[in-house]
Amino acid sequence: MNSFQYSRAQDVADAVRQSAADGSAKFIAGGTNLVDLMKYEVERPARLIDISHLPLRAIEEPPGGGLRVGALVPNSDLAWHPQVKERYPLLSSAILAGASTQLRNMASTGGNLLQRTRCLYFYDVATPCNKRKPGSGCAAIGGINRINAILGTSDVCIATHPSDMCVALAALDATVHVVGPEGERAIAMTDFHRLPGDTPERDTNLGANEIVTAIALPARSFRTHYTYLKIRDRLSYAFALVAVAAALEIEGGIIREARLALGGVAHKPWRDPEAEAVLVGQSAERNTFAKAASVVLRDAKGFGHNDFKIDLARRTIIRALDQAAQGTPQSQSDKRIA
Amino acid sequence: MQQISVALTVNGVRRELEIAPWTTLLDALRERLGLTGTKKGCDHGQCGACTVLLDGRPINSCLALAVMQDGSDVTTVEGLARDGTLHPVQQAFIDHDAFQCGYCTPGQICSAVGLISDGRARTRAEIREAMSGNICRCGAYPNIIAAIEEAMKAT
Repeated sequence: MNSFQYSRAQDVADAVRQSAADGSAKFIAGGTNLVDLMKYEVERPARLIDISHLPLRAIEEPPGGGLRVGALVPNSDLAWHPQVKERYPLLSSAILAGASTQLRNMASTGGNLLQRTRCLYFYDVATPCNKRKPGSGCAAIGGINRINAILGTSDVCIATHPSDMCVALAALDATVHVVGPEGERAIAMTDFHRLPGDTPERDTNLGANEIVTAIALPARSFRTHYTYLKIRDRLSYAFALVAVAAALEIEGGIIREARLALGGVAHKPWRDPEAEAVLVGQSAERNTFAKAASVVLRDAKGFGHNDFKIDLARRTIIRALDQAAQGTPQSQSDKRIA
Repeated sequence: MQQISVALTVNGVRRELEIAPWTTLLDALRERLGLTGTKKGCDHGQCGACTVLLDGRPINSCLALAVMQDGSDVTTVEGLARDGTLHPVQQAFIDHDAFQCGYCTPGQICSAVGLISDGRARTRAEIREAMSGNICRCGAYPNIIAAIEEAMKAT
């Protein structure tokens, strides 16, 4: 790890000021990803601004309904919060599908959004990576790319976003609240993360000196017909090869509202309005689900080792929609897939 | 070199340190406080050997910067026994032969103590899932789970 200066932010405005005053500084909260990246020398900040003591740890019910989650709420507190378990079980399930108990105890809500890809070449500083070092090339294209993306890729980057929590937040139409030098703004979760395009070094649309302060969940919570189905190489404590968050509203066997978000397949949580439109107004059955899966994957492209993900994604979408329709969400402890 | 004052309560004793900001909690415990029960395995948050209880909750001490834990309460495996009597989880690990080489054991025990105190895992499947951040390369998992189940019943 490189040597660096350390300072504590006194409040959110102070954090923004300190960041603006030192272009090479980074915020640190839980640190579970950043400290690891610093040990690999992927990140070499000259200063860390400690935001972990800021008063952003509340989970509150705002007057208009929904739920507002402070950016420093640990992942485990969010997953096990009674209101989240009761009203947003999809979010709770997705968080508990990710990482380990120890990591969830440290990792913050805001930091989960900002974690970086787990692409093998991003971590390996001896290899080219356009995300780590713009213009150096992509070693994953033509390399070992089993875990890489099949949707929304560019010819310079095929990394995936590793979060489970963010997939559920995208499905739930959450909003990210941020504060920067220009004041406060809200970003739709689906617009927060970016596709790689020709600027893969930018994971998100967060401004240089902006800080995430909260996540807002809308009132509609899909507590009956939902699932988070995560497929991975180990039964626990592994990143998704493919993950699907599915949420439906069903009346008399007909789908009235559909949300479908994929993880492990793209540079951001993957929502596809056309696929969701295919589901609405149709009967909740496998033929319908298969049509939606075909729409989601119409432009899917493999890079060799990850070709299997296209068929895996198709099957996982169908199974997840089936679980959601049946009201039998995937358990995150009993790993049998029903 | 920037040195920062940090006060921690470690195993019930207040400790004050002047440390460089890049010192992990793991290195502070082992190299500065001489508490070598907590192990450095992967040093990347993947194996769980460095697990300690921070304000009662299991965390990976290898990914925690010590300067950020000012004012916190840290319990390591050395702090679990009381008056010469092993913690029930420690005794259960012995009774069930829940280790072979023992390198992962301090982390396993700290995770198990956290698991029992938060009360979220009840079934065997839930215990396995909650303990998945602690790797045992000897493969003592069945005995580890049995030890935790027994310690849960006893508390």
